[in-house]
Amino acid sequence: MLKDITLGQYFPGDTLAHRLDPRTKLLTTVLYIIAIFLAKGPIAYGVLILTLIVSVRISKVGARALFRGLKPVLFIIAFTAVLNLFYTPGTVIAQFWIFHVTREGVITAIAMMLRISLLIMGTFLLTYTTSPIRLTDGLEDLLGPLKKLGVPVHELAMMMSIALRFIPTLIEETDKIMSAQRARGADFESGNLLQRAKALIPLLVPLFVSAFRRADELATAMECRCYHGGEGRTKLHVLRYETRDYLTLAFYAALCAAMIALKKFF
Amino acid sequence: MSTMLRTENLTYSYPASEENEQPTLALDGVTLAIERGSFTVILGHNGSGKSTLAKTFNAVLLPSGGRVYVDGMDTTDEKLLLEIRRRVGMVFQNPDNQIVANVVEEDVAFAPENLGVPTEEIRRRVDDALRTVGMEKFAKHAPHLLSGGQKQRIAIAGVLAMRPQCIVLDEATAMLDPIGRSEVISTIERLNRDEGITVVLITHHMNEAEHADRVIVMNEGRVAMDGAPREVFAQVERLRAIGLTVPDTVELLYELRGAGCDLPLTAITVDECADAIARCFGKSAKEDN
Repeated sequence: MLKDITLGQYFPGDTLAHRLDPRTKLLTTVLYIIAIFLAKGPIAYGVLILTLIVSVRISKVGARALFRGLKPVLFIIAFTAVLNLFYTPGTVIAQFWIFHVTREGVITAIAMMLRISLLIMGTFLLTYTTSPIRLTDGLEDLLGPLKKLGVPVHELAMMMSIALRFIPTLIEETDKIMSAQRARGADFESGNLLQRAKALIPLLVPLFVSAFRRADELATAMECRCYHGGEGRTKLHVLRYETRDYLTLAFYAALCAAMIALKKFF
Repeated sequence: MSTMLRTENLTYSYPASEENEQPTLALDGVTLAIERGSFTVILGHNGSGKSTLAKTFNAVLLPSGGRVYVDGMDTTDEKLLLEIRRRVGMVFQNPDNQIVANVVEEDVAFAPENLGVPTEEIRRRVDDALRTVGMEKFAKHAPHLLSGGQKQRIAIAGVLAMRPQCIVLDEATAMLDPIGRSEVISTIERLNRDEGITVVLITHHMNEAEHADRVIVMNEGRVAMDGAPREVFAQVERLRAIGLTVPDTVELLYELRGAGCDLPLTAITVDECADAIARCFGKSAKEDN
């Protein structure tokens, strides 16, 4: 069951989406999110959906992997939709007991569902096509100016990339501990939410102990490979903007402009 | 041959902790010299000080007393720290806990990146290192999907990318299955033979000492035995007294000797052992006739 978690999972590949500079992808993701929040009306959403479909096709990431990323937030999506459906004032089109479904409510609910889904799938596309190290490289570079303000940008980037690196390892370990405890009669599936949460405590203790041990060993291993902070560090992959990066950025900037235009004139 | 690693009356004690009120003396006066280009195996049971000794070789642990010299450089000199660690690479037991990156080639590049090597040179070193350990096909793979032996070879490549003169493997085969273990052992044997890299292998698998130039047995923080594998393994009673087993081949010869056969204890590989037994039985068959 833990294998389903796809957060921070990278699918290696060699498509245009993979080759783009991570900074470009981070910036386009931000632009896409802005575009989503500016979107109004069916044409705008149509354009956004089309953009996502084209981006996904280019990246060759399977649609199934993308939808799997939506699963954990399905409840939030449904909850927002239901709230919007019943609590938006406007022309009533259906009514039972104390509930009124309005035309505006239906529209807002659909828009909200689309908004959250697009937002999540768009950001997942970023992590699916960018190796975490490149992602943190990009972040480190984009946030570089903050170093002057005393923000430990390199250290934060390193911490983030290590955290991402250890997600699969720790998931595997959790699975192992769960199996070991199940074999000795632990029950993780039955009972109410509180009981199930309680059953997880004996799972967390060994997991934390091992995580600390791992951290200690990793620190030693990193020191043995001459790690001494960000000072004087070079890179295997140097970040460089290419024509494709400028084109992609221009396209997403145009997308934002189009959203503003659509909002104004329709 | 010149000396790669040298220790002089080295002692190390772990500080007192909650469990041990007294500081524990892990190394107690170790004086050793390891020749450049040699293949040395350090054996010992748990708590014999063998891992502690390994960690003093590249200044992960600094001596409590005595000195450690790497290529003539004193490990307590903080200014030389990076240079010492670049020359003596270390591979640890758990492959998962020494892989830093999510993509194989980026992990191999970690050490040269830290050393400030120019980008094109990093590329060359990464490709060379991966080719040397036979993992070039996996350059773009995610390390957590590889087998234990493959991960450990990646860890070796990560060390090789520093272009070290010496590699210390601290029980690097302990968590591997037999296939993974033989992958790793044949890789480091090749490195020692073809690249002339000094290898120090810490292990408790006797069979891995087969091809070594020298075997050092540690016991209670001291060097208990030191010599060529044949000389060391021939002393079966002494090894047993320290709590170590001997390789299966030597064990067999020892038992047969106990049963009255005239066999040498110096045959370590399976072939040598088979030859020795064949010769012995051939001889006794002749005498019977």
